[in-house]
Amino acid sequence: MSDPIDPTTLWIVIIGMAVGSFALRFVFIGLVGSRAMPGWLLRHLRYTAVAILPALVTPLVIWPAVTQGQPDTARLAAAAATLAVGFLTRNVIAAIFAGAGTLYALLYLLG
Amino acid sequence: MTSTTAKSFFWKGIRDSAPFVLVAGPFGLLFGVLAVEAGLGVVETMTFTMTVFAGAAQFTALQLMQEQTPTVMVLVSALAVNLRVAMYSASLTPYLGAAPLWQRALAAYFTVDQSYALSIVQYETHRDMTMRERMAYFFGTIGLIAPLWYGATLAGAVMGSQIPESWALDFALPIAFLAMIGPMLRTPAHIVAALVSISVAISAAGLAYNLGLLIAGLAGMMAGAQTEVMLDRRKQSV
Repeated sequence: MSDPIDPTTLWIVIIGMAVGSFALRFVFIGLVGSRAMPGWLLRHLRYTAVAILPALVTPLVIWPAVTQGQPDTARLAAAAATLAVGFLTRNVIAAIFAGAGTLYALLYLLG
Repeated sequence: MTSTTAKSFFWKGIRDSAPFVLVAGPFGLLFGVLAVEAGLGVVETMTFTMTVFAGAAQFTALQLMQEQTPTVMVLVSALAVNLRVAMYSASLTPYLGAAPLWQRALAAYFTVDQSYALSIVQYETHRDMTMRERMAYFFGTIGLIAPLWYGATLAGAVMGSQIPESWALDFALPIAFLAMIGPMLRTPAHIVAALVSISVAISAAGLAYNLGLLIAGLAGMMAGAQTEVMLDRRKQSV
């Protein structure tokens, strides 16, 4: 399904992410201090999580690597159940249980 | 006197963070397991988790590295997932910006979904807190969660390779992320951002270097921001 990760790549990513993540967190509280920030920037930052995470998950849901990229009923249904329960209950744990439950039930039933 | 109340705010932070134990524990465990499955050693996994300290971004980087994505694209994509902590940092600045630099640096490292969400509510509802009390509360919200996250990652990394394939752990990451996305869809603008992101991600899936992720993410952010502006305008004109 995937080749081993090259150690050099891994360490570049770890160090780069450590520095980059800290910079992202420090930039405002440490450097900007109490100065005001432009509204358009804050408005876009508000939607980062809700835009990037679906973009990351969508291909994994539709074309899973385990099935060699073939859409899979159990995984599609589990994804839909997770999202729906999370949206309706606002409860992350409930959503995870709904998704895992659906996945295991369908994997068992569809063999 | 001040130190006693600061201490009690630290403990309040610990107590308020208790429900997040149920998120951080399994999430840390899962990262440890998936990292070892991807071929990382225990030392590499723990260095990753302790220096970066950002669950969603770590999962993203792990996934992209397994797909043999170019290093620069792994970094850009993973940091894009983490852009929201910059927003948290911005939002906490009015409350914590006057603290000593070393405290702000430490708080920056510990700025994650849980510590931000709890602290901002506490500061907004208790306007009379002193700077020391605010900092004490902030570190309380992470005082239990951070050690738990490290410990759970270590446990996952140690037992990782013993988990059988029938557990379908390949799909644990999509489920964990989708479970986080659902509760985030609080306003029509958030829903539009997510829908645009999904449809662009599907149509741009064939692009090299996982560029589809960045394009879909940017499109979603712009759609969300634009929808917010339009809805505000409509509200004003009614």
